Amino acid sequence: MSATDTPASLPAPAAPDTQQRSPWGEVLHSLLRSGTFLTGLFILLFWVVCALFGQHFVPYDPLASDIINALTPPAADHWFGTDQLGRDVFSRVIVGSRDILTVAPLATILATIAGTALGLVIGYFRGIVDDIVSRVLEAFMAIPVVIIALLAIVALGTSKITVIVVIGLSFAPIIARTVRSAVLAERELDYVAAAKLRHEGALHTMFVEILPNVIPPILVETTVRLGYAIFAVATLSFMGFGIQPPSPDWGLSISSNYGMIGGGFWWTVLFDALAIASLVIGVNLVADGVHGAFND
Amino acid sequence: MVFLGGQVLPGNVGRAILGPFADQRAVDALNHSLGVDRPLLVQYGSWIWNFLHGDMGTSYVFRAPVAPFVMDALGNSMKLALVAFVLVVPIGILGGVIAALNVNRPLDRIISLGGLSVTVLPEFVTGIILILIFGVWLRWLPIAAAWPKGAGLLTQLYYLILPSLPLFLVLFGYIARMARSGMIEALDSDYTRTAVLKGLPWRTVIWRHVLRNALLPTITVIATQTGYLIGGLVVIETLFRYQGIGSLIFTAARGKDFPMLEAGILTIGIVYAVATLVADFLYSVLNPRIRLGAEQ
Repeated sequence: MSATDTPASLPAPAAPDTQQRSPWGEVLHSLLRSGTFLTGLFILLFWVVCALFGQHFVPYDPLASDIINALTPPAADHWFGTDQLGRDVFSRVIVGSRDILTVAPLATILATIAGTALGLVIGYFRGIVDDIVSRVLEAFMAIPVVIIALLAIVALGTSKITVIVVIGLSFAPIIARTVRSAVLAERELDYVAAAKLRHEGALHTMFVEILPNVIPPILVETTVRLGYAIFAVATLSFMGFGIQPPSPDWGLSISSNYGMIGGGFWWTVLFDALAIASLVIGVNLVADGVHGAFND
Repeated sequence: MVFLGGQVLPGNVGRAILGPFADQRAVDALNHSLGVDRPLLVQYGSWIWNFLHGDMGTSYVFRAPVAPFVMDALGNSMKLALVAFVLVVPIGILGGVIAALNVNRPLDRIISLGGLSVTVLPEFVTGIILILIFGVWLRWLPIAAAWPKGAGLLTQLYYLILPSLPLFLVLFGYIARMARSGMIEALDSDYTRTAVLKGLPWRTVIWRHVLRNALLPTITVIATQTGYLIGGLVVIETLFRYQGIGSLIFTAARGKDFPMLEAGILTIGIVYAVATLVADFLYSVLNPRIRLGAEQ
């Protein structure tokens, strides 16, 4: 807490006229006071811990089947029951966080890097570069991610890498658009003019001068995208185009078990569905908190 | 400034469709050595030409013309989308309006937070949970959207309620949020104050002055959601085993039935372009400041 108390005791920032220029300490301070952010962070950390260490504390091997005890309802020895192969649903739900929490963040990072670079370039050069690239980006944004992913995965085959690349590249235009509009505002400021007067190259001006000043909107957009990336990974896995068996991934488990829910085997899908729901809501709460902290 | 988005966006969609399509064609040619000797553009051109003449090609899997399949599926999807839209547009707007009229009171927070939470969840997750509640536990609604042959309109509707609910939930959050912020802005405006000070009854102020201005951005959002809706349909139709355009594309993608896949996606592109045009047209009709092709 002491790290967050220090900036608050400093005199108020001298230039409150530019909105997104509040010091990082202050942002952290308001994050730690935001109930939304903390709730989201708690949920997210819970699943991160499960993904990292879950394997060591779950009661059963999530992949071990036990046909004799298949489809037993939740009870003391199997808290969430067992699926059609007799695998322990509780263990699978806990360990199932692993793949989605690898693929979705990597896709988001890819989208952020690609989108930021693209946004900086089109925002900095404007003119014809901007016109052409922006139109192409808009066109990409018009196609639903599921459809892009479907086509790409049919063409390239299913693998985690494909999923990461597909989601990363289809989210990049959205980040590029955000970065572009932030850069458009920044490039009119004096420090950019000063850099130009010093004959700094375009690359230097973009990445050394402008980039640090557009970090806040990029951070906000990245956290929002992470939520959508989880959405997309879960959906693709459910459709059979994402994470592949025998992973205990949630979307995958639902797709292999939902055919039987007519028979009343609700426990084989409910807990996975709730797990996805909690993770997505958790990340969105974090995103909401980050957004609020930067825009206050 | 004259708003001519209607001309820009659909043009982009055409190009957007061309991107993945050209790609698909390349893969197609490699896999099936069909028309490999022809340049990509010629293939694409002749395919478009045939498409415009109602010939969508022949399915690899069914050995039959694609067109009837696509048309049937499109009709089914339209029914489903229509049910979702008819439910969500009025209820979403109503939710947003109620939230705006109770800003920062508990009712507003419930609607906003609830709407946000259900919006960020993947459709198959809400779908599974709804199936469990209404289909498996309460047994009120059928869990698959496959009505008996020759069923009447009402029976069909009965089967479509459950599949349309996940779409409803996702769209509800967006629409309610837009309606809410539009309402708040309109309520805060000078013309609303003028209307109140003129002594007009509150009801008239809301209906004649506030709502009309508040709903403009909402209409745009509804239109942009058609793109989303199509992605959602792929998932929902798979989950509910509904014979729509989404499941057609899904099946075609899994079976590597490229003519079917291409026809399905191009059809979706056309639907999307038309929806965007209609939305722009509606927008210009409703907003007297924006006239397509005005001389200002």
